[in-house]
Amino acid sequence: MRTLVSPLALQTPRGKILYWSILVITVVGFTGAFVFPLYWMITGALKSPDELAQIPPSFFPQHFDFGVYVEAWNQLQLGVFLKNTVLYAGGAWLFTLAVDVTAAYSLSKLRPMFGKVVLGLMLATLMIPPMVLLLPTYLVAKDLPILHWDLLNTPWAIWLPAAANGFFVFLLKRFFDSIPKELLEAAEIDGASPMRILWSIVLPVSRPILGVVSILSVVTVWKDFVWPLLVLPETDKMSISVGIASLSAQMPQNVLIASLVIASLPTILVFFVFQRSIMAGLTAGSLKG
Amino acid sequence: MTVTQERVRRPQSRAAGPRPDVDGRGALKRSVGRNLTAYGFLCGALICFALFSWYPMVREVVLSFQENNFVDPGKWVGFDNFRNVIEDPAFRQAWLNTAIFSALALVVGYAVPFVLAIVLNELKHAKAYLRFVVYLPVMLPPAVAVLLFKWFYDPGAGLFNQILGTFGIPPLAWLDSTSTALISLVLVSTWMNLGTGTLIYLAALQSIPGDLYESAELDGAGLFRRIWHVTVPQTKLILLVMLLLQVVATMQVFIEPYLLTGGGPENATVTVAYLMYQYAFNFGDFGGGSALGLMLMIVLMVFSTIYLRVSREAER
Repeated sequence: MRTLVSPLALQTPRGKILYWSILVITVVGFTGAFVFPLYWMITGALKSPDELAQIPPSFFPQHFDFGVYVEAWNQLQLGVFLKNTVLYAGGAWLFTLAVDVTAAYSLSKLRPMFGKVVLGLMLATLMIPPMVLLLPTYLVAKDLPILHWDLLNTPWAIWLPAAANGFFVFLLKRFFDSIPKELLEAAEIDGASPMRILWSIVLPVSRPILGVVSILSVVTVWKDFVWPLLVLPETDKMSISVGIASLSAQMPQNVLIASLVIASLPTILVFFVFQRSIMAGLTAGSLKG
Repeated sequence: MTVTQERVRRPQSRAAGPRPDVDGRGALKRSVGRNLTAYGFLCGALICFALFSWYPMVREVVLSFQENNFVDPGKWVGFDNFRNVIEDPAFRQAWLNTAIFSALALVVGYAVPFVLAIVLNELKHAKAYLRFVVYLPVMLPPAVAVLLFKWFYDPGAGLFNQILGTFGIPPLAWLDSTSTALISLVLVSTWMNLGTGTLIYLAALQSIPGDLYESAELDGAGLFRRIWHVTVPQTKLILLVMLLLQVVATMQVFIEPYLLTGGGPENATVTVAYLMYQYAFNFGDFGGGSALGLMLMIVLMVFSTIYLRVSREAER
């Protein structure tokens, strides 16, 4: 398809030179800006503290000693942090899907009385960034209204608020709205219960949106910092981001950098594998409302 | 119910539902049953939203007008919390810093992704690589990106001073100086968020019909006039949406000052969100913290309201 610059202009010698130089500048610039810092991080971990302090720095580490990664793993109890984070993100994912899919299905297909009001109230939460409600939300997690349960240092402090996501309800409802009515009515006449219709008709056709919501929910919880910082203060319960940040002051520089590498591996791997869904979620996210 | 009414009712209900009504009570029963099922499906979400979204909004207002030690019931103190917070010398500084941070983040983080997207859209090679790479920092957990930059900012052997050194530029103090600390925060924040904007703009650019450029060119419009008269108007709504989204996002800045500077040096990087955190968790003053949160909420809600309006327009 034709874009800003016409294909004809690119055929001329001047156009070709210009195109290739811009391409080279872009590739080099992007690599320098976005890949080089990561290269510096990965190799930085392999350098000894002396080599790290050296001016000018060495471009390649003098020797490849991967022992520092083992050291970081053991000293920072990264295994525990990673296990915690998997528990928080995985649980939040399942819980979010269970809660938001049923809610969106109810609002879209069962259409209860005051359903529009409920949806409106859920969408209204999109206008208020969670950061400004940090203190009252923290107090709720600390002392649940009526029941007076203390959720601090339990996974529920992550799972429950993760499910209260108006954007996910909106995305799912919009998708369910597009499922033809006839499909569900046929099943209803056959006497299928709403749960069965949801499970065997709605969910199978909703795979694309379930993928987008799944990845968004896992990545959001995985990357979150402020909320786990507040509600999981015990060292053994910390998520990986909070754990590394809170122990960072006591670590030798190279051990800290190694732990940063380990902490960034899971999300980058997820990106490699689910690149397509993540980008789809991005454009869906740009038009929330 | 009379026979005539029943006759009238039957065909209607056949059209509305699969099973015909026998009488009115059956219809009522089914309607109640349907609503019960529907709310059964909704109840999980209702509980989560009530506890962690709706109730906190009310609680924030209540907290900000109360003095609380969380043992005795809160005492109503009118606007005292607001007065205390506003009289704090850090208050003005925090709003000023937040405004400067947002403004700087806009200057860099708003225009640059648009330009990058325009360039990316023209390139026919290395497309997948460039797209992947620009989004890579977004995938890092923010705490990791921020701690990584903390090391780069190191005034001694940090990467940035080394790079400056190779060009013969004297080293900077980065986070340790009042004049560069805030801009250092903007730099990390921009680096780790640039990819989002770029890819969203890129998606928008790809939907511009090619013949618009064609006819603009036939009319003799040069490259920059084509950008100004075709690209910008065609992506106007997305540009506006992203502008508002970014203002809302950057005004909540917390993790950068928390991990990099602790608000220093000399309050040069205290932001509103960070001050709110300090009030609650360092000074134990949830009333003052909530008052700050409420003020920030009101400011951000103005932007969010405009944003929702605009994005609904964009959806059409």
